[in-house]
Amino acid sequence: MRWIWIDKFIEFESGRRAVALKNVTLAEEHLHDHFPGYPVMPESLCIEAMAQTAGILVGEAAKFQEKVILAKIKKAVFFHYIKPGDTLELEASIESFAPEAASTTGKVTCDGRLLAEIDLMFSHIDQNLAGKQFPQENFVFNSRTSVFESLLRDVLSRAGQKSEQP
Amino acid sequence: MAVSRDEIVQKVQEVLVDALGVDDDEVTIQATLMGDLGAESIDFLDIVFRLEKAFGIKIPREELFPAENLMTNSEFIHNGKMTEKGLAELREKMPHTDLSQFEKNPDINKLGDLFTVGAIVNYVNNKLNAA
Repeated sequence: MRWIWIDKFIEFESGRRAVALKNVTLAEEHLHDHFPGYPVMPESLCIEAMAQTAGILVGEAAKFQEKVILAKIKKAVFFHYIKPGDTLELEASIESFAPEAASTTGKVTCDGRLLAEIDLMFSHIDQNLAGKQFPQENFVFNSRTSVFESLLRDVLSRAGQKSEQP
Repeated sequence: MAVSRDEIVQKVQEVLVDALGVDDDEVTIQATLMGDLGAESIDFLDIVFRLEKAFGIKIPREELFPAENLMTNSEFIHNGKMTEKGLAELREKMPHTDLSQFEKNPDINKLGDLFTVGAIVNYVNNKLNAA
């Protein structure tokens, strides 16, 4: 099982920015413990959702030739609780990009209301730890896997429609 | 347009406060990035990215922090100390760094101490005002 914390991308501009959606639901078991009678999405998992949004953006920018790992949380500020029923819009932008690493800025909103600002740094580990072997299966998005295509389904179908127009 | 050294110092301090989560009074000119300010390897890239943005310059990574490339070369390192050849290489690659203390005892474990706030200020100053 893959641990995916976004439901789909709604915008994807290669090498620049991406917007993903995440629907928060009471069917997620951990919300019953966090907290009993007052379910709120753990902020660490919101960071994970942003790390997946931004990480895929960074990975795609190098055409998935680099193994991308989250290396640093530069900033994570939360303004409101995230609750079941919320549809999160996670917007990530690439701020800097180098052969070894990339930094991103991100905003999490719900119905236009700013919930969090999360800025991250990713490392291209092959560039930094040359020669060290990592198991391929640790990297979910190391190629155009079916998971990645499924997350991009809306963006891909829209692009398809556009190219069909006269 | 020339940028004064004071302005550079102030901006470098802001960058380090943000990148390393330290207080501004900790960021003295003599402070070492790793020893005093607790920087780890990924922080060096974060600092490079932030400096590029703050000053509108391009910084090749090996230019500001070149020492790690020297560490893997046996011509430059012998018995845990940097050789004369290694020191010559350092002087050439890091003109923005004060090597006088390190040259007295070029123990490679002390190499991290060369990365000081002052060295970054000198580097940026050279970059902005040399042309």
